[in-house]
Amino acid sequence: MTTTEPTPQREKSRPSSGTGTRGTRILGISTIVAMVWLVAFGLGFSPADRDQDEAVRILYVHVPTIWVAYISFVVTAVASGIYLFSKRKSLGWDRLAGASAEIGTVFVAVTLVVGALWGRLTWGVFWQWDARLTTTALLFVTYIGYLAVRRLDGTHEQRARRSAVIGLLAVLEIPLVHWSVRLWRSLHQEATVLDTDGNTDMDGLMLFSLFVGVIAFTLLYLWLVLHRTRTMAMADILEDRGLDQALADRRAESDEFDRRAGTAEGGAG
Amino acid sequence: MNVWRLARLVARKDLQIEWNSRVLLNQVLPFAGVTMVIFAFALDSDAVLERVAPGLVWLATMFSMLVLVQRTFAVETDDGALDALRVAGTDARAIFLGKAMSLGAQLLVLEAVLLLAAVVLYRQTVPVGGAVLLVTTSISATCGLAAVGTLYGGLAAGFRGRETLLPLLTLPAVAPVLIGATRAVEAALGTAGAVVSDGWPWVGLLVVFAVAFGVGGSLAFGPLIDE
Repeated sequence: MTTTEPTPQREKSRPSSGTGTRGTRILGISTIVAMVWLVAFGLGFSPADRDQDEAVRILYVHVPTIWVAYISFVVTAVASGIYLFSKRKSLGWDRLAGASAEIGTVFVAVTLVVGALWGRLTWGVFWQWDARLTTTALLFVTYIGYLAVRRLDGTHEQRARRSAVIGLLAVLEIPLVHWSVRLWRSLHQEATVLDTDGNTDMDGLMLFSLFVGVIAFTLLYLWLVLHRTRTMAMADILEDRGLDQALADRRAESDEFDRRAGTAEGGAG
Repeated sequence: MNVWRLARLVARKDLQIEWNSRVLLNQVLPFAGVTMVIFAFALDSDAVLERVAPGLVWLATMFSMLVLVQRTFAVETDDGALDALRVAGTDARAIFLGKAMSLGAQLLVLEAVLLLAAVVLYRQTVPVGGAVLLVTTSISATCGLAAVGTLYGGLAAGFRGRETLLPLLTLPAVAPVLIGATRAVEAALGTAGAVVSDGWPWVGLLVVFAVAFGVGGSLAFGPLIDE
């Protein structure tokens, strides 16, 4: 359908045709700077580990990505809750939930892949059936399911309500999965960055590199969420406009048909 | 009419449809039986089969459950019966609880047959001391499975691609039931030297799961099917 797609001229004349604004551009540049900073510290300045050797550098991606993934799923749950329980059902919250879940899922995938590589180097195997790994893998599959629900047919409101409910059910599901898998088996070393007393047990420069990683990936997350939310809004608008346009076309067709039938009848009479 | 009375009516309707069509007896139970046989082909060792029998029983239960859930919602959506129920003013919680009860009843039959198959095909024995644990595990696991199955079955009903969406949503959610029920049944049957007392903490997990998804499901079902 050619009518549903904006023509190049219209695209040019509308200032909001892109998803970038001054704010996101600044954010994007900050993200690039932070990433360069992370590469410099992660690959250059920080030392190799006594036990893990060079493989420790993988953790500067592995830890920040899962950190950001958790944040993004919390954002999804909160935005889903706001959509479902607020009186003014603003689709903005639904898009924020969807965008955040998409990016979180990608980040979990990155965590799993680099984690498997790290495991091969330090444990000698790609995968261990321990509690944290298994929960993370199930978390990944759960949010793939959430994203599949978002793609079901229906209006934007149906999509929003359905996915908000699934987004909240995931919050119910994840602790249960974690608890059961933890009971099942646990071999993973306890968290080393922050123990219960708040003492850290890491080389200062390594800890700093990890910190840089968290900043860089958080900035990347924010930048991606802003753009993705806006693209989703544009896709929704385009879909609505496409439907309105199709309805108008069909109406025009039937009017034309009636008019012709009228003239034919008139001619016959 | 209160919710429980309505739920019982919905469950009775579903079981009546099942009784008339005999899909459980003619299709799902044979499917479950075939699954148990092909597990044996794949694993190809009596010792291994004896060790993993409890897990295979629950795996076969879950795969068969997917078929049952699709069936239980196909009867609702084929003639727009679910919409008719809603238009008639039936409380969504009653529909959820009723369908979960009928699904649970069918699952219990399925589990009994699969356990019998494990006794015959995988050389399992049920010690007298483990019988109570076995029955408690089956009932609590079934409640959880029925709640999750009904919830996601209702969501996936009536959309293109629901056949593929249902397992994707259901299997990760019921992972705790698979883990808990398998360990508890291992304890009940004394697999690999497990003792009966090892099984009870797992029953605790199954009960918490069933309550969480029972309550969560009855609250979420309305918004999910109201379209």
